[in-house]
Amino acid sequence: AGHEQPCGKPCAQLLVSVASPGCDGFPSLDSKESYELSIAEDSLLLSADAVWGALRGLETFSQLVGRDEDGTYYINETEIMDFPRFHHRGLLLDTSRHYLPLRAILQTLDVMAYNKFNVFHWHIVDDPSFPYESVTFPELSRKGAFNAVTHVYTASDVKTVIEYARLRGIRVIAEFDTPGHTLSWGPGAPGLLTPCYLGKNLSGTYGPINPILNSTYEFVTSFFQEVSTVFPDFFLHLGGDEVDFTCWKSNPKIRAFMQEMGFGDDFTKLESFYIQRLLDIISSFGKGYVVWQEVFDNGAKVRPDTIVHVWKENSPPYKQEMAEVTKAGYRALLSAPWYLNHISYGQDWMQAYQVEPLQFEGAPEQKGLVIGGEACMWGEYVDVTNLTPRLW
Amino acid sequence: RRSTMGRAMGLAGLLVGLFLVSAVLVGTSLRHGVPRAEPEPELDLAEWDPASGAFPEDSPWPLPQSLRTFPRQLQLAPDRFQIVHGAGSSAGPACQLLQDAFRRYYEYMFGYSGWRQRGRKGLAAKPELAQLQVVIASPEPGCDGYPQLASSEAYHLTITEPVAVLKADEVWGALRGLETFSQLVHEDDYGSFLVNASEIYDFPRFAHRGILLDTSRHYLPLKSILTNLDAMAFNKFNVLHWHIVDDQSFPYQSIYFPELSNKGAYSYNHIYTPTDVHLVIEYARLRGIRVIPEFDTPGHTQSWGQGQKDLLTPCYSGKQPSGSFGPVNPILNTTYDFMTKFFEEISSVFPDDYIHLGGDEVSFDCWQSNPKVNEFMKKQGFGIDYAKLESYYIQKILDIVSSYNKGYVIWQEVFDNKAQLKPDTVIEVWMANNYVQELSRVTGAGFTAILAAPWYLDYISYGQDWKKYYSVEPLNFLGSEKQKKLVIGGEACLWGEFVDATNLTPRLWPRASAVGERLWSSRNVTDLKDAYKRLSNHRCRML
Repeated sequence: AGHEQPCGKPCAQLLVSVASPGCDGFPSLDSKESYELSIAEDSLLLSADAVWGALRGLETFSQLVGRDEDGTYYINETEIMDFPRFHHRGLLLDTSRHYLPLRAILQTLDVMAYNKFNVFHWHIVDDPSFPYESVTFPELSRKGAFNAVTHVYTASDVKTVIEYARLRGIRVIAEFDTPGHTLSWGPGAPGLLTPCYLGKNLSGTYGPINPILNSTYEFVTSFFQEVSTVFPDFFLHLGGDEVDFTCWKSNPKIRAFMQEMGFGDDFTKLESFYIQRLLDIISSFGKGYVVWQEVFDNGAKVRPDTIVHVWKENSPPYKQEMAEVTKAGYRALLSAPWYLNHISYGQDWMQAYQVEPLQFEGAPEQKGLVIGGEACMWGEYVDVTNLTPRLW
Repeated sequence: RRSTMGRAMGLAGLLVGLFLVSAVLVGTSLRHGVPRAEPEPELDLAEWDPASGAFPEDSPWPLPQSLRTFPRQLQLAPDRFQIVHGAGSSAGPACQLLQDAFRRYYEYMFGYSGWRQRGRKGLAAKPELAQLQVVIASPEPGCDGYPQLASSEAYHLTITEPVAVLKADEVWGALRGLETFSQLVHEDDYGSFLVNASEIYDFPRFAHRGILLDTSRHYLPLKSILTNLDAMAFNKFNVLHWHIVDDQSFPYQSIYFPELSNKGAYSYNHIYTPTDVHLVIEYARLRGIRVIPEFDTPGHTQSWGQGQKDLLTPCYSGKQPSGSFGPVNPILNTTYDFMTKFFEEISSVFPDDYIHLGGDEVSFDCWQSNPKVNEFMKKQGFGIDYAKLESYYIQKILDIVSSYNKGYVIWQEVFDNKAQLKPDTVIEVWMANNYVQELSRVTGAGFTAILAAPWYLDYISYGQDWKKYYSVEPLNFLGSEKQKKLVIGGEACLWGEFVDATNLTPRLWPRASAVGERLWSSRNVTDLKDAYKRLSNHRCRML
C-alpha cells in the first residue's frame, strides 16, 4: 500500500490499498465493507479499511470493465465511494429437503460474491435428512442422511465451504434447527425425539426433541460443542420454528412434567423451557444466536444480543412483527417477503426489489436494529438440477 | 440407475412364481400383475417394500395400455446381451434408424458397464436373458421414412428367457417398445442388471403428442433442442412444434431470403443454418419425432420486417406514417409473391406433411390506421370488419401452402374468425378461457383439433403443478363420439419469454411428463398417488 510511483498512460495497474487488513481472519457482522474506487487515466486505486471492502471493490471494478466491438477492454474514468446499507445480507440454502453437492454450494458462493451477499445461511439438516457428518455422533448422518456415503458433508467438505466463503468475504452461519424439524436426528440418536402416543400406547412415530429428559441436554451440549468449534462465526442459527405440539400433548410423561412445572396446558412454555436451556448452552460456548421469530413470539427469555429472524408473511403481518421485535430491543433479520422458492410466472424479481425493509411503524433507533435480511431458497422442490436458474 | 433390494428366487421362488403367474392371469388384468400394497401416505420418506411386489425402479412412464409383470426375474449380462433383428422382420442391419436405436438403448441400460470385459461368469442365480429380438411386421418398415400422423406406434413386448421379443408394425412402434424395455431393466444392490418377466401390449391413445419450443423470444442453442428431443423420446412424445420465429427475432436462416436472419436474428451467433435445421430434423426422425415448424403470420412478424422491406404494414399517425410497423401487409401483391417463394422453401426444407401457419393474436390497430388498407377494405366490401381482411390474407396463405401439398395447423383464431379452411386443417386450441367449448365448436364444425390451452408450461407456479396438467381430460367436452375422434392429441407449450438454455430443461421436465402420460396412456389412468410414485422414479431415471 502507498506506492508513489506514477504508472504510465494508460495505467496498467490497479493498486489495492487496505488500511487494517485482517487477511487471515473471518468476516463478522461488524466487518467494514466500505471501499473507494478511483479510476483515472494515470491511476487506478482501490482503497478500503479492511480486506472485506477490497473484495467488494474488486467485484465492482470487474463489473466496470467493458469490451468494445473490436475486443478492446476499456473502463470509464470513475469515482466510487461505496458501503453496504445493511450489514447482514444473506442467502439461505436448504440441504436437507434435497442434498446439494459441494459444487452447487461453491457455485452459489461465487454468485453471492457477484452480488455482494455476505452471509451464507446453511440450513443444513431438517426432517427429511441429516447430511452433516458429526465427529462426535457419526450415527446421526449414518442413519439420517439420504445416503450415508454420497449424501453427506464430511468435516473436510464443511471446511472447504467455510474457507471458500471466507475468501469471498462471506460468513457461514449454520442452522441446526430444533426442537422441531428434527425427524432425521431420531434414527441416529435413539431417545432424543419425543415418542408419540395413541391413547395409552406408543404410536411408533416421533415428534420434536424430548424436552423433559436430562439425556437430551447432555446430547445437545456435546453436539453443539462440536458445532461451535467447527463453525467459526460468532453466530449460530438455532431454528426454533414451527414446533408441532401434537406429539408432546399425546405423551403422558410430558403432560406430567407440564403439571410439575406449572405450565398448565400452555405448550409454548415447554417450548421456551427447552429453548432457554439450549440458548444457555450455546452461550456457554461463547456463541451468539439467531432464532426464528416463534422463539420471540412465544415469550422465551433470550439474551439481549439475540437476532430474531422474521419469516412469516402473515399472522402477524411481517411489518408488524418487525416493529414488535425491534420495539422489544432485539435486532431483526427480514426474510418474510423473500422466500424465493415461491416461484411464479413472469418478472417476480420486481416484488422482491420493491420491499423496503424499514417500512414499518417505529422510532429511528428501532429501525437501527434491523441488521439486514436473507433471501431463502427452501429445498422442497429444489436440487442441483434447478437451483441456479431458480435462485438467480 | 437406482438399485432395488433384489432377492434370489431359487426353486421355491420359481414355484411361488408359477403360482403367482396363474393367480395373476386369473386375477388382475391391465395393470401391474402383482397385488398392490395399501396406497402409501404422501411422505417424503416413504420406504419401498419389495415384498409388496411393486418394484418402482422398473415402473414405466407413460403407463402402457396393457402391462403384466411377473415376479420371475431375468438377468442380463452387459457384454453378452444383444438387441438384434428377429427372424421374419422386414427390417435388418440396413435399417439405420434401428441400428442407431439399438446402440442408444444399450447405452441407456448399461451405461459404461458394457465397456468392461467381465470374463468370469458369475453364479447364475437367475435365468439369463440373452437377447431382445426386434421384429417389424409391415412389409414397409419405414426405416428411411419420416414419422407421420398416421404412423403405427403400437408394439408387443414379451420378456421371458432366453430371448425377449419386441414386435411392431413399423419402426416407430419398435422405438416406443425399446424405450419401455429400457425402463424395465434395472440394477439390483449388487450391480446385476435384472428385468422382470413381462408381457406388454401398448399403443398411444392420441396420435399427436407434442412439445412446443419457442426459439424466437430466446434463441436456444442446438444442444438444448437435441437434449429436449432425447427427453421427449423418454416420454414417448412424437411431435416437436418448432415455433422458430416471432416478433423478437428471426433465427431461421433462409436460403431464398438470407436477409431475414441477417437483419432479424439477435446476432449471427443466434441463427439456425440449413445444416442445423437438418440436424434437428434427422435427430428427431431417429427418435420417431415429427418436426412441425411454425412460421406464424400475419401477426407476430416484427422481426420479418427487418430483412424484408415492405412486408409489414406501415402504421399511420393521422396522415403520416408513424415509423412503426404492424402485421404483414395483406393488400400488396408483393406480399404474396414473397410468401409463395418463402413457403416453397419451407415446404422443401421440412419434410413433415404439415406446416403450422400461426394466425394468432393479430392486432388490427395498425391496419385501421393505414389509409391504403382502408381503401382496400372498402373495395373488397369488408366494411370495418378487419377479421375479414385477416381471413382474406390467411386464405391466400393456406392456398399457397396447399399448392405445395402440405397440410396446415393453425391457431384457433383463424377458425374463430371464420376463414375458409380445407377439411383436413388441424386447429390448435390455445386460449385458456372456455377451451372446452372451443373443442366442441371446432370438432362440431368437422375439424381436427389439438389441445394446448391447459398445458402452457411456461406458466410456472410453486409446488406440484404437474398434478393439474395430469388431471386434464382432453375429451371432457360436449360432443358426439365422432367429434371426440377429431381430437388427435395435444401439446405442452414452453413459450420463451422467460426461458433460455439456462433454465429450459428443469422448467420443462418432468412437468411435461405429466402431459406425456395423459396423451399416451389409457383414459382411466388417473390416480395421482400412483402417478407420483412412477413419476418420481421416472424423473431420476431421466437424469
